[in-house]
Amino acid sequence: MAEMDELRDLFFVECDELLDSLAAGLRQMETPCHDKETVHAVFRAVHSVKGGAAAFGLSVLVTFAHRFETVLDLIRSDRAAADQQVMPVMHRCADCLADLIAAARQDSPADQPRVDALLAELDRLIGGGGSDDAVAFTPILLDFAMPEGDESGFTIRFTPHAALYRSGNDPLALLVALQKLGDMTVTLQQDALPSLEDWTAAEPALQWHITLRTAADLSEVRAVFEFVVDCCDLEIAPIVQDDDAFTPIVIDFDAVPDPVPSNAPAAAPSPTAEATASIRVNLDRVDRLMNMIGELVIKEAMLSRIIQTAGLAQDLDVTAGLDAIRQLAGEIQESVMAIRAQPLKLVFQRMHRILREAADATGKPVQLITTGEQTEVDKTMIERLMDPLTHMIRNSVDHGLEDEVTRQRRGKPLQGTITLSAAHRSGRVQIEVSDDGGGIDRPRVRQIAEDRGLILPGTQLTPSEIDQLLFLPGFSSKAEVSAISGRGVGLDVVRREIMALGGRVMITSVEGKGTTFAITLPLTLAVLEGMLVQLGDQTMVLPITSVQETLRPAVSELHRLGDSGRMISNRGDMIPIIDLGRAFAMRDTPTPLEDGVLIVVETDSQKRAALHVDGIVDQRQVVIKSIEENYGRVAGVSAATILGDGQIALIIDPEEIVLASGSDRTRSLAASA
Amino acid sequence: MSARILAIDDSPTIRSLVARALRNAGFDVFLAADGVEGVGTLMDADPALIITDINMPRMDGFGVIEAVRASKSHADVPILVLTTESGDDLKARARQAGATGWIVKPFEDDKLVAVIDRVLGR
Repeated sequence: MAEMDELRDLFFVECDELLDSLAAGLRQMETPCHDKETVHAVFRAVHSVKGGAAAFGLSVLVTFAHRFETVLDLIRSDRAAADQQVMPVMHRCADCLADLIAAARQDSPADQPRVDALLAELDRLIGGGGSDDAVAFTPILLDFAMPEGDESGFTIRFTPHAALYRSGNDPLALLVALQKLGDMTVTLQQDALPSLEDWTAAEPALQWHITLRTAADLSEVRAVFEFVVDCCDLEIAPIVQDDDAFTPIVIDFDAVPDPVPSNAPAAAPSPTAEATASIRVNLDRVDRLMNMIGELVIKEAMLSRIIQTAGLAQDLDVTAGLDAIRQLAGEIQESVMAIRAQPLKLVFQRMHRILREAADATGKPVQLITTGEQTEVDKTMIERLMDPLTHMIRNSVDHGLEDEVTRQRRGKPLQGTITLSAAHRSGRVQIEVSDDGGGIDRPRVRQIAEDRGLILPGTQLTPSEIDQLLFLPGFSSKAEVSAISGRGVGLDVVRREIMALGGRVMITSVEGKGTTFAITLPLTLAVLEGMLVQLGDQTMVLPITSVQETLRPAVSELHRLGDSGRMISNRGDMIPIIDLGRAFAMRDTPTPLEDGVLIVVETDSQKRAALHVDGIVDQRQVVIKSIEENYGRVAGVSAATILGDGQIALIIDPEEIVLASGSDRTRSLAASA
Repeated sequence: MSARILAIDDSPTIRSLVARALRNAGFDVFLAADGVEGVGTLMDADPALIITDINMPRMDGFGVIEAVRASKSHADVPILVLTTESGDDLKARARQAGATGWIVKPFEDDKLVAVIDRVLGR
């Protein structure tokens, strides 16, 4: 049933939010300044998961959430303390709940041993203190052996109390419901009515005698009175066929438990800030809007050009109007980008869990401090940051922090601190992961790089160049692969991921004080900061993140290699020159290097090359258009954009260009050998 | 004429499930995400019956029941409590506050509709 599937999806989306508020709430509970509402919110999060899970028959989830919730209930009613014993278990339960939800979502089995272990821990916490499961309501089934098929029935004496009326129940509704079960005669006990003068609303005196001829059994009849048994006098007796004796079976429903003690939560409005209203929008719609804004920006540039060529640029009204449109288009673009923006909180919150797991695995006590979690980035960015950050956090715990013994010797607090921060900085987002560990052990890093053949022994390297070695593929600073970092992911992967997002990673380290990884990212993936270069009669775009420097080489720095290979010496390195015009098959013969400019690029895989172009036109933000969707895959090109004059410009993929030229050269070298 | 029902629950999933069940049965449905919103919408929704969750932010189900019973306009509207607890003390508390009846989550659509019909005398 498609509708149910949709609702199920909705449930899981809701779960994501609930888990986030659960994790945040639990952390807040550990701070001294948390209020009661935090605990209530945490309870509600788990409770809502339980409710939804029950609706979809996810029994493992229900069982676990229920037990979890029971402990939270003890805490919120002050029958248990949120102390150092309890809180770690609560965190672990939140993690487990997240995993159970993930498993349910994918229809995969739960990690039962872990669930059972946690359930046992919860039971221990519940201990004697919990009056959990105030015995589930089970109707007392009275079995009256009725002759099969013989329609008999019941006589019912029904006297509502005032509370029945007050509770919104209506005797008439109940009589209607009874009538549906069979043939009914109802008699109002007139003799029980007081005279009108004596009548008060507080003492209702209506009383009915009902004879119901029905095939329904007692439980069905009782079900009608399910909600009112505690606020009426009710006698139900079977009609006995061959016996006139009326022996009512009085069912005592008066044994109502006392109202719950007053430690139950008051319905007082919480002091929490008013939630801002929001709507859920399909991302495709926002993308479409973003696309159209891109078009608008382009059209505006075209219009401006037309006005120029038509000689209207002197007309103040026209230029003022155009300026207004440009400003408006810019603001709309920003607003749409803001729609896609989400606070990094979502990622940061998950890092608490990653840290807990890493700390458990290494046995190092660590705390995570996060700042700037309200910093917003594009939604797609959020998802793709999860893996790199996860790895960096693990890396910091595993490699960055010293063990307790070393920390003690160095006079540091035994508990390590990892700080995760984010901030907007000049139109980009900067995220930093820093630890207060021992810093990078440069001699050792150098040694490892030499051992692995990553650098030649004796190479002159600055400290920061040594730090960069960590990003080389195949580099792992640990002799033994440990449980948490040995997952086949190295910092090279982190770097590649970040670069794929148009970002960069930098590393700084102070010996004995710690290491900081800084990531800078663009605000959105829809816009790219590019260098516009001239290539024949074409304008192309080079992503600025890969550009290291531009230069006009001196003849002495140029070197030939074979027939067509050319190199340039740059900062003690020999790097190949790639003629972009030839790479894109625009011309056959290489252009003289004196004409044009060299742009030194560094690819994700840290290969450097100098791209030879005819000239540099401009540097600006361009709106990215997928070329694969609109045309097809083009080698050496990652996407396209539309320039102000309406021309389509291709966005160069430096990685692919450098790789392709490398294999060419190998081939030509092999051929000439 | 179809009766109008106000359903109050902070879980979007449960809200959707309830709304779906009720709409399929031909009821008009008004939804609210918490007690404050639910009580606030009382005049507009003018419901023949209210279904409310217990655990909610800002104002919980007991708060809703008390507020509705104290209102001038809708004091006698039947209120069903939708709850995952089946404990007797919870029912007693709901009754104490003035609830008409309760439905235990997860509910079956047919049962929910049957209970509403019974309470409304339909």
